[in-house]
Amino acid sequence: MPVWLELLIRVVAVVVGFLVLPLLVGQTEHKVMAHMQGRLGPMYAGAYHGWAQLVADGVKFVQKEDITPRDADRGVFRLAPIVALFPYLLILLAIPLGPGSLVAQPLDIGLFFVLAVLGVGVLAVLMSAWASGNKYSLLGGLRGAAQLLGYELPLVLAAASVAMAAGTLSLPGIVEAWKPWWLLWQAPAAVIFFVAGLAEIRRPPFDMPIADSELVFGYLTEYTGLRFAFFLLAEYVGIIVIAALTTVLFLGGWHGPFAAQLGWLWTLVKIFALSFVIIWFRVAYPRLREDQLQRLCWLILVPVALAQLILTAAVKLAM
Amino acid sequence: MSDDGERGTPGKGLVQGLAVTLKTMTKRSTTRQYPDVEPELPPRSRGVIALLEENCTVCMLCARECPDWCIYIDSHKEEVIVPGAARARQRNVLDRFDIDFALCMYCGICIEVCPFDALHWTPEFEYAETDVLDLLHDKNRLGEWMRTVPPPPAHDVLGEPSKEEASASRKAAGPGAAKQARANVRRPPSTTAERPPRTEQKPGEPAAGSPQTPQGIGSADTPPEPEK
Repeated sequence: MPVWLELLIRVVAVVVGFLVLPLLVGQTEHKVMAHMQGRLGPMYAGAYHGWAQLVADGVKFVQKEDITPRDADRGVFRLAPIVALFPYLLILLAIPLGPGSLVAQPLDIGLFFVLAVLGVGVLAVLMSAWASGNKYSLLGGLRGAAQLLGYELPLVLAAASVAMAAGTLSLPGIVEAWKPWWLLWQAPAAVIFFVAGLAEIRRPPFDMPIADSELVFGYLTEYTGLRFAFFLLAEYVGIIVIAALTTVLFLGGWHGPFAAQLGWLWTLVKIFALSFVIIWFRVAYPRLREDQLQRLCWLILVPVALAQLILTAAVKLAM
Repeated sequence: MSDDGERGTPGKGLVQGLAVTLKTMTKRSTTRQYPDVEPELPPRSRGVIALLEENCTVCMLCARECPDWCIYIDSHKEEVIVPGAARARQRNVLDRFDIDFALCMYCGICIEVCPFDALHWTPEFEYAETDVLDLLHDKNRLGEWMRTVPPPPAHDVLGEPSKEEASASRKAAGPGAAKQARANVRRPPSTTAERPPRTEQKPGEPAAGSPQTPQGIGSADTPPEPEK
């Protein structure tokens, strides 16, 4: 197979996943959230239990007027949704789905790359917040910046712990080195990574930057139509990315019965299980106040992550 | 965290929150899919008022009792020549009988007060209109609702015998036997007291000699008629 064809197949596969998986998660969220609240959720679009609800939503968003506020910084305002969405696409490129070469782009420094690109999300929040020319947007954006900068630290520390345990920064390498007993050994890091990841994608209960009951819609207030849809899509791709990273780093990725043939299935099952947990958290927990948010990060997550690093180093040296 | 206060184990509330949502998810949803699935209305639902025109004598009781004056009645008198009678009788003929459901508050007083059972409740409720004037139902429209009147609830086996039965048996027994006939209609022979013999009879058992009907919707909902 010529190189360009292989490249094309890999990129197309990632783009298809990038477009389909968030829709699946979004539909699951509609239905799971509804049933957790004793409702039925969408029932009409697509005739069978509203399976096409998100398609209908997409059509609706395309039809809406694309408004740029007069006081907005037009260029930055229009660029922000792309900046929010694009890093996640790059991250999906580096996430291994199964053993062997079932990864779009195996990178030796995959973990480093993924964490670095994940941090670009802060930029999108700040860009949209500043460029909107709206006080609610600005407040939301500043909250978002404080939150994202804070939670970046435990996220990276937890990821560093597992990288130290595996002795590699390559994502397939980490999955390769993973052993079931790591579930226990790296459990605190896994929890910290997951929680910090939730905060990183600004999902409830960490949706203080959006906080629709006090800030209208935070940094999304001025967005309409397709640009708003891009932000929403970014949120759902974010769920996939955080679930996938947690799966790959802490839950052993493709490990499971018949890993050689069904590895990709195991990865997907774990990703969807974690996505379900993310949705579940949204339904079960109220939003954290800003001070609670920072307290959780600096007084709990960061110290525990540091302790986990020490534990990992100690076990690694003892072995 | 620091403000845990009296709530014992840390994290207990978090787990409980997750448990509540998960439990709710596994239960059946309570949503009624109304336009697709007809709702199950309770018995004696008050949807709309139906008019049985033949029963109406234009006595105007309903219109006068109506608290918000939403019943409009017009009529004229007609002579009816009865063969063999000394002179012609007069009869009221209904020209107009309108109920304005934009005003009606569904109190049901008109139905209660009608001496000839010309008005009935029906459970139909889908008669919303885009123009408020269309909520004035004329006598034809009110008559059409008669098709939807549910049958009267079954008689309570433990209650008094119905007035029709009691008076029919009284007539059949002839004058002077009224009291005994009344007692014999549905009562076990042992009872001569005025009150239903609740104490001698276990609530589950039907009265001896009475037709056994299942304790369905009608019988459960009809209170026993009080003794006069």
